[in-house]
Amino acid sequence: MNMRTKVIDRILKVFIWICTAFTVSILLFIVVYIISKGIRFVNWELLSTNYSSYKRTYGILPMIVSTLYLIGMTLLISTPLGILTSIYLTQYAKPGKVLSSIRFAIECLAGIPSIIYGLFGLVFFVQTLRFGASMLSGALTLTIMVLPTIIRATEEALLTVPLSYKEGSLALGASKRRTIFKVVLPSAITGIISAIILSVGRIVGESAAVMLTAGSAANFPKSIFEPGATLTVQLYYMATEMPKIFHPTLTAEDLTYAIATVLIVLTLIINLSATFTGTFIKNKQIGKGK
Amino acid sequence: MNKLKFDIKNLDLFYGDQQALFDVNLDIYEKEVTALIGPSGCGKSTFLKTLNRMIDLNEECKIRGTILLDGQNIYDKYNLVFLRKNVGMLFQKPNPFPMSIYENVAYGPKTHGIKSKKALDEIVEKSLRNAALWDEVKDSLNKSGLSISGGQQQRLCFARVLAVNPSVILMDEPTSALDPISTTKIEDLIDELKKDYTIIIVTHNMQQAARISDRTAFFLLGKIIEYDNTDTIFNTPGNKKTEDYITGRFG
Amino acid sequence: MNIEQNNEEKFIKLKEKSTPSEKLFELMLLFCASLSVLAVVTITIYLFYRGAPVIFKVGVNNFIFNTEWAPLSVPPSFGILPMIVASITATICAVAFGVVIGIMTAVYLAELAPRWLARILRPAIDLLAGIPSVVYGFWGLAVIIPLIRKVFGDDNPGNSLLAVIIILSIMILPTIINLSETSLRAVPIAYKEGSLALGSTQLQSVFKVQIPAAKSGIIASVVLGIGRAFGETMAVVMVAGNAVQMPESFLSMVRTLTGGIVIEMNYSEGLHKDALFGIGVVLFIFIMIINLVLNKMLKKKVIR
Repeated sequence: MNMRTKVIDRILKVFIWICTAFTVSILLFIVVYIISKGIRFVNWELLSTNYSSYKRTYGILPMIVSTLYLIGMTLLISTPLGILTSIYLTQYAKPGKVLSSIRFAIECLAGIPSIIYGLFGLVFFVQTLRFGASMLSGALTLTIMVLPTIIRATEEALLTVPLSYKEGSLALGASKRRTIFKVVLPSAITGIISAIILSVGRIVGESAAVMLTAGSAANFPKSIFEPGATLTVQLYYMATEMPKIFHPTLTAEDLTYAIATVLIVLTLIINLSATFTGTFIKNKQIGKGK
Repeated sequence: MNKLKFDIKNLDLFYGDQQALFDVNLDIYEKEVTALIGPSGCGKSTFLKTLNRMIDLNEECKIRGTILLDGQNIYDKYNLVFLRKNVGMLFQKPNPFPMSIYENVAYGPKTHGIKSKKALDEIVEKSLRNAALWDEVKDSLNKSGLSISGGQQQRLCFARVLAVNPSVILMDEPTSALDPISTTKIEDLIDELKKDYTIIIVTHNMQQAARISDRTAFFLLGKIIEYDNTDTIFNTPGNKKTEDYITGRFG
Repeated sequence: MNIEQNNEEKFIKLKEKSTPSEKLFELMLLFCASLSVLAVVTITIYLFYRGAPVIFKVGVNNFIFNTEWAPLSVPPSFGILPMIVASITATICAVAFGVVIGIMTAVYLAELAPRWLARILRPAIDLLAGIPSVVYGFWGLAVIIPLIRKVFGDDNPGNSLLAVIIILSIMILPTIINLSETSLRAVPIAYKEGSLALGSTQLQSVFKVQIPAAKSGIIASVVLGIGRAFGETMAVVMVAGNAVQMPESFLSMVRTLTGGIVIEMNYSEGLHKDALFGIGVVLFIFIMIINLVLNKMLKKKVIR
């Protein structure tokens, strides 16, 4: 190993360390900065009161409810749809025009930016179908957005199920459908749950598409046909408009940091759930438990 | 002499354009152990799979000829579910489902319509007993089927097959992945079970074939070279190729 | 009962007769799967239906190459060139920056990091990946903008192309790192061992053998990053300044294509609103081209 190689090696290594340090410090900076400035304002009052500039209460309960509404409705539709599609793709489809067009379509859906989904949702669900800016329009739009994620992750999970399970079941006289639902799907449950949790993360973090379809009204959605600003939409509104807050101790800035903190903590919880549920279920399956 | 269980005539099998089985003719007799021996890759496992129509799973597979089970052609208007219930299969690598031991054994009967817990409990116990596994797992039926040893897993798969009450059991090298002690246990099991079941076993292990089977068929490159009583095959083989294989000159 | 074979039908049909309920089930599955195709087709049609006529009305050349965006003046002008330039510049710079830092970090995680450290860093980067874009935008507003003003002088608004580039690079880091690291770790150890056995240093093996072997995954991650940067809306809008003007320097305020759509959407109507859809069409075409071209490049490279 000559001198030149040694020097280049050294320089490269330092460069790599710098890049990594940059990545890690940026992460820490963002998370720590926001949480440190916002955590003290995240209290029960914030999380449980309504947001009404009229009544001068500045809680984010409506936003939490809107976000939960959207998560629930979106998962309700997209999960079965995604799983059934994956089952078709991995267990039934034969190579050919049909299969490639479906795969191509899923690739396309995955690549479309959220603003375009927002535009489509606006034109189609809100206006043409007359659902108006509502939880329903938001959920339907989010369903399409989240579908590729669920399909891909479920497909991957299904493909890791050993062929021998299928063979064993079929050799006992079970039908293909029974084999899929009683043996293959349960084996793939870890991957499927990861897919769902990933989607929850996406839904929570989405803003552009939701803003255009579920509205930015800070009210409490009482039905699926009512609009409601989610946490992200509310954060956007507060950060860009800095409205006047008539509160004895809170400023708009404090509130904004608080919402951002809640979002980061939520993201953290979602990520941790993904890791832990996966390991928990897997252990149960191989019998580390009872 | 026992009744004819499987009557296989002029069986040809193709994978795409490649022919894998050439004019196979075989008579399998009831309540006997028939061993299929021969070097690897010469079609024994493929042949086994034609008997319970597991080759249907392979899209490129084409076959020609007749396979009669109890006198009926299994490829012509024969109920597939009934066929697979009647002709069970044990695979080379034990493949218990990722469920509890109880659920593994109960899977088959449940599939075929048995719902009552009492009936299922009985079937599970009976099958596990017949598979010589009951004493070892009776207190831990809720444990995962994957948490027991390889030899126990294979016996679990055995119990699973027995639970659907077949009349034939196909075995594809069932002990090749197991240790010697588990192998002996399975071989003892086969010896016990042949009183009630017709067993066809593919094996690489010639000593195993000699030990447990009544008849042996020697496969080479997709053809049956010789088929006779096990004693005859191993002691006074009629065909030179058989003799070469038995004595280890090739394979 | 011996069955005589039909001489014309040499082979026995192995296809098991599906019961009607099985057939119905398969049909239902096919229906679900086709919904994805239906979705893509519907989205494309609606988008073009709403946005294409405007482009032709205004004139394709005029729409794309005109530098004046003044939808509310009389007569209105719908030139989106400044937005196109802003989007392209921001994306290219952000990707350049993000790819270098991202791949280097991926190398660190895959090769140089001690195991315990890697195990902490990976979920940390996943966290970065999951943070909502408005949070990034907000942080950009709170930290980056004042920083730019401090460095470059108070008379600068801070909201600028530079801010957009910085935020975008940070946002695409996790995407690039994740996929690149996975690809690197998927390279068979045999390659690395072969190289080391010939006397290379660890880093030489990484750059000369492992990275080329992981090429397709790394390129895929870059394509994903490009897509993300080009399509990002909220974070960009929060720090860009959003004046529709040809960027003169990195400190100019800019408006990207994505920002262009979302900012005026709420109060626009008629031709103006259609023009926003027109921007959507242009954005859509850009993204499709990026994905198709780069994926083709990927396939070519892999086959070679």
